[in-house]
Amino acid sequence: MRIAYYPGCSLKALAANFDRSARAAMGALGVELVELERWNCCGTVSSLTTDDLMRQLAPVRNLIRAQEAGERRLVTACAMCYNTLKRAALRVEAHPEELAKINAFLDEEPDYRGGVRVLHLLELLRDEVGFEAVAKRVVRPLEGLRVAPYYGCLLLRPRGVGLDDPENPSILEELVRALGAEPVDSPLKGQCCGSYHTVAHKEVVARRAHKILSEAASRGAEALISSCPLCSFNLDNRQRLIRELDGSFAPLPVLYFTELMALAFGLEEALSPEGHYVDPRPFLEERQLLRR
Amino acid sequence: MDKMGKIDLSAKELQEEVEALSGQRVFACYHCGKCTAGCPFASEMDLTPRQVLEYIMEGRVEVLNSRTIWLCAACFTCTVRCPNGIDIARVMEALRQILLRRGEDSLDLASLGEEELPQIALVAGARKLIG
Ligand code: SF4
Ligand code: SF4
Repeated sequence: MRIAYYPGCSLKALAANFDRSARAAMGALGVELVELERWNCCGTVSSLTTDDLMRQLAPVRNLIRAQEAGERRLVTACAMCYNTLKRAALRVEAHPEELAKINAFLDEEPDYRGGVRVLHLLELLRDEVGFEAVAKRVVRPLEGLRVAPYYGCLLLRPRGVGLDDPENPSILEELVRALGAEPVDSPLKGQCCGSYHTVAHKEVVARRAHKILSEAASRGAEALISSCPLCSFNLDNRQRLIRELDGSFAPLPVLYFTELMALAFGLEEALSPEGHYVDPRPFLEERQLLRR
Repeated sequence: MDKMGKIDLSAKELQEEVEALSGQRVFACYHCGKCTAGCPFASEMDLTPRQVLEYIMEGRVEVLNSRTIWLCAACFTCTVRCPNGIDIARVMEALRQILLRRGEDSLDLASLGEEELPQIALVAGARKLIG
């Protein structure tokens, strides 16, 4: 299967390990992620005012790129891009008069006609590849590995945009099980990590991350998985600051779900130390899930 | 920070502007406090999310001085839980926008350090905190 792929800005820079592992893991399942040509930043966050059509131009322009390529679907790995692109796609679908305005404004682009579906990689895994096929591809079952899924906000909310039950999601747990590992549940798995406050209010984020990580660790988690470069940064890199606030805090590796897949699929080269503050390799080597 | 000194808004104008920008019926709130109960930033806020609704309903323009509206990170927890269907994240955004559109930014990009941040953190921060 070939599918149009929107990497987004972070996966081209600080979260290149997310992009690399996504391509490798999906490739191993027979899914080729074909990068959209001339894509642009989606705008990252959905604007939430009623008069914000200007802010929809960036996401809609990406939908036009997909339409140009003859694609009806656009898949992304980043939870933030997913949310923003999907909200824009649903909005113009529901409000043709707004779409007409956007098309008139983007007069150097072909008109967007609607109909491009925005998907997250996890949905593709669940609904098309199937977790059974994922389990079949596993060459190194992650037996006994206790992994805490972390959803954060934008995979789940608001209702109608999220890809699972906003209060009781299970898609990441299903993936973890398919890989042979053991999911560790936490009541904070859908709680905000502090998001963009990491730019100017690191301590606020460190306090959020401290809670989320400690709760998962107290329930036996040995690692945490995420689907967002910003959540990962906050939960991983902010551990430096958490250590300053709490000397007894033990580091917890944070992986992208695609890195966990790559590991179970035996694609070790897709799991690099770059992109991680807490290097996950020593602990995986110790558990004999990674060759030294 | 006192942003109000520079902003001249009557109680009624505040209410009208919030409802117009957010598209939400603020007066549908019956103060159950569910929004506050689930807000991950409530302990860091000066006004709880429910109090923000109360201030708007009472026309208390000083709500614009609250640290709460900047701490809200639009996580949509309150949005999915409000029994009256109020999208509180939009109400918070409307309050931020009232200030941002009058030139009251809440982030000074020039003051940021050297740390390499995820690109989406910078873009999101700039979009939410700068007019
Ligand atoms: S959850 Fe809704 S009704 Fe309850 S206090 Fe908050 S805004 Fe008001
Ligand atoms: S959207 Fe804002 S007010 Fe509502 S729960 Fe999240 S941070 Fe709190």
